[in-house]
Amino acid sequence: MKPFKYLSPTTVEKAISYYGEHSETAKFIAGGTDVIVKVKEGWMEPDYLISLKKIEEMGELHKNEATGELSIGALVTHATLEKSLMIQNEYPIIYDAVSNIGSLQVRNVGTIGGNLINAVPSADGAIPLIALDGVALLHGPSGERSAQVKDLFIAPYKTILKSGEILKKITIPTQAPNTGSAYIKFGRRAAMELPLIGIGVLLTLEDDMETCSKARICLGVAAPTPMRAFDAEKLLIGKKINKEILIEAGNIAADESKVRNSIRGKAWHRKEMIRVHVKRMGLKCLEIIKNNS
Amino acid sequence: MEKIQITLNINDKSCEVMVYENDTLLEVLRDKLDLTGSKESCGEGACGSCTVHMDGKPVRSCLTLAMEAQGVKITTVEGLANGDELSDLQQSFIDHGAVQCGFCTPGMLMSADALLKENPRPDDKTIRKALAGNICRCTGYTKIVEAVAHAGNPKDHCLDCKSAK
Ligand SMILES: Cc1cc2nc3c(=O)[nH]c(=O)nc-3n(C[C@H](O)[C@H](O)[C@H](O)COP(=O)(O)OP(=O)(O)OC[C@H]3O[C@@H](n4cnc5c(N)ncnc54)[C@H](O)[C@@H]3O)c2cc1C
Ligand code: FES
Ligand code: FES
Repeated sequence: MKPFKYLSPTTVEKAISYYGEHSETAKFIAGGTDVIVKVKEGWMEPDYLISLKKIEEMGELHKNEATGELSIGALVTHATLEKSLMIQNEYPIIYDAVSNIGSLQVRNVGTIGGNLINAVPSADGAIPLIALDGVALLHGPSGERSAQVKDLFIAPYKTILKSGEILKKITIPTQAPNTGSAYIKFGRRAAMELPLIGIGVLLTLEDDMETCSKARICLGVAAPTPMRAFDAEKLLIGKKINKEILIEAGNIAADESKVRNSIRGKAWHRKEMIRVHVKRMGLKCLEIIKNNS
Repeated sequence: MEKIQITLNINDKSCEVMVYENDTLLEVLRDKLDLTGSKESCGEGACGSCTVHMDGKPVRSCLTLAMEAQGVKITTVEGLANGDELSDLQQSFIDHGAVQCGFCTPGMLMSADALLKENPRPDDKTIRKALAGNICRCTGYTKIVEAVAHAGNPKDHCLDCKSAK
């Protein structure tokens, strides 16, 4: 591996100031499961690695029971999310996604923040946070700002983060009652596989328990960045949700996607899987809502 | 590039060691401390042969910098046995034929050991999920899964296996 200096600040301010001193020759590192691979391969050549791991406030996972808002520090690992009963119970879509990332050894160190900022089209962690209308809190040399998680991504490996900016945490706004959510990472094998396609669905029903008041259909590996299938979502709003309409939504989502052929799979296969799994994840949402009512 | 001195806590021993800041934990274990149980295969996080515990959790030592391993309790495969006495899990691997070439074995043992500490009687599916990040090119996995199931449950598991006699 190329030589570099390893810096380990304990506050966000210090991390930003280190970055200021070394600017483009420095890289932030969290769990390092992407960064170390890239440095080893020579795709990334930092003179300084600024570790964020010692910044305690960025490692907190907390739900405000009074407001219902969930706050996930950028350093929270996939394993921490996966093992949290609160996540398992109340945010099944997050559990579905993070519990299938890489292997336990990767989930024990890989962070949700690193997953977002690495910004690959296949980032499993991005889809649930987009479906849940997550908001990213960024902190950089010119202060704090926030952005919708869905707006973080510009292109593969490229986010809206400005030079020296750090993702501090993601907040998930209060979920409405009668909400269900589910994600499937569809691949050829169950372990150690990036998704051929990732499909997340979130549905909220009105008090009649039939009519859809909110829908999110989010797709990974379906475009250069994680995407929402807006037309498919629109179809569902105000309608009674059943299998037939979910099939129609799946067809629209498949048409909206910009899937491509790649080494891991063909575009037509990805489209077919979007059709099948939008329906299945939608049905799973209905099941979750019924079970919780 | 200058070396710096760091202290690592490995298998309950405090080790002072000179490292470069770009050394991985795996390199330091193998090349500086002569703890060659942990193996390097892919070097990029995929195969699990370099698995060690940090504060009881299995991690990839090939993707961990030695600098990041300061201040935590590191356990390597050398830390499983008590002197010359193998742990029940290690013995079970031998008794069940779960070791062929042996290259994956240290990593398998570390993943399985962490699982059994958390869940002493895991079912097959749980074992397979816990070992999903460890690749074995020899055994076909079945014997490894049996060895772990047996170590967790030596009385009721496979009564006719060698070590139950
Ligand atoms: C074997 C293996 C299997 C994998 N399988 C999967 C998989 O199935 N699904 C999947 O989605 N991913 C997978 N990954 C990729 C990776 O593990 C995840 O993306 C992980 O979440 C990255 O987090 P990290 O903390 O390790 O990131 P790092 O490697 O530390 O950082 C990644 C990038 O984000 C930047 N960064 C990190 N944190 C911040 C922050 N808070 N603010 C600003 N910038 C930041 C870094 O500078 C870097 O550019 C796999 C990786 C490996 C090695
Ligand atoms: S050598 Fe570390 S995972 Fe393969
Ligand atoms: S025993 Fe040879 S790789 Fe597992």
